[in-house]
Amino acid sequence: MVELTYANGALTARLYGEIDHHIAPKLRSEIDMKCESVRPAKLVLDFSGVSFMDSSGIGLIMGRYRCISLLGGRMEIVNIPPTLKKIITLSGIGSLGVMK
Amino acid sequence: MNVMNQMKLSFPSVSTNEGFSRAAISAFILPLNPTVAEVADIKTAVSEAVTNAIVHAYPDTVGTVYIDARITDDNRVIIKIRDAGIGIADVKQAMEPLYTTSSDERAGLGFAVMQSFSDKVRVRSAVGKGTTVRLEKIIHSAYDQR
Repeated sequence: MVELTYANGALTARLYGEIDHHIAPKLRSEIDMKCESVRPAKLVLDFSGVSFMDSSGIGLIMGRYRCISLLGGRMEIVNIPPTLKKIITLSGIGSLGVMK
Repeated sequence: MNVMNQMKLSFPSVSTNEGFSRAAISAFILPLNPTVAEVADIKTAVSEAVTNAIVHAYPDTVGTVYIDARITDDNRVIIKIRDAGIGIADVKQAMEPLYTTSSDERAGLGFAVMQSFSDKVRVRSAVGKGTTVRLEKIIHSAYDQR
């Protein structure tokens, strides 16, 4: 699931558990709702608590990137666990310049 | 190559069963003592195939997803994920990275992930009859422990 905190213009979404097609829509709507209400300068997706992710997680990241870009903000992805590095690399998300 | 163990599962094509199918396949391969990375690879590939069946094979109905998994004596895991859904007209096109028919937030990476996370992927499909995805992966850590 997700914990959202907003401070100093940055909205941090701390994701935890497994991210798949079942859970991704719920994460998407929670993050987007908060994003639209606070309109952060920066959206931080923190993957430190994520134990599993398939390509639904990639869809979630790309969708949030589009969303925050439309709001004029930027995105950062932090704390990718070693087991998720393979799928992140495969997706080419690194080329967006969002990996920290 | 002899089959050392086998399991069969069938479940309705509802999204809660994506997590169930991953947990079941993880438990099934455990006797091979796979590494964390090998388990993650197999779980991810199965998750993609099962999600495809749920999202694409049965777009407007709930059908049945079948899994047949085998472990062979040369430490190979062979997993077939089958549905009796609408089928894929052009398998080659469906397997192209970023190709998606879904308007939802799908990355179009399902088959690319299956190919990258397995040693072999074979897809057979017939329109109106269904699709079978066959994934194969050698568990190298099982050799190391012998």
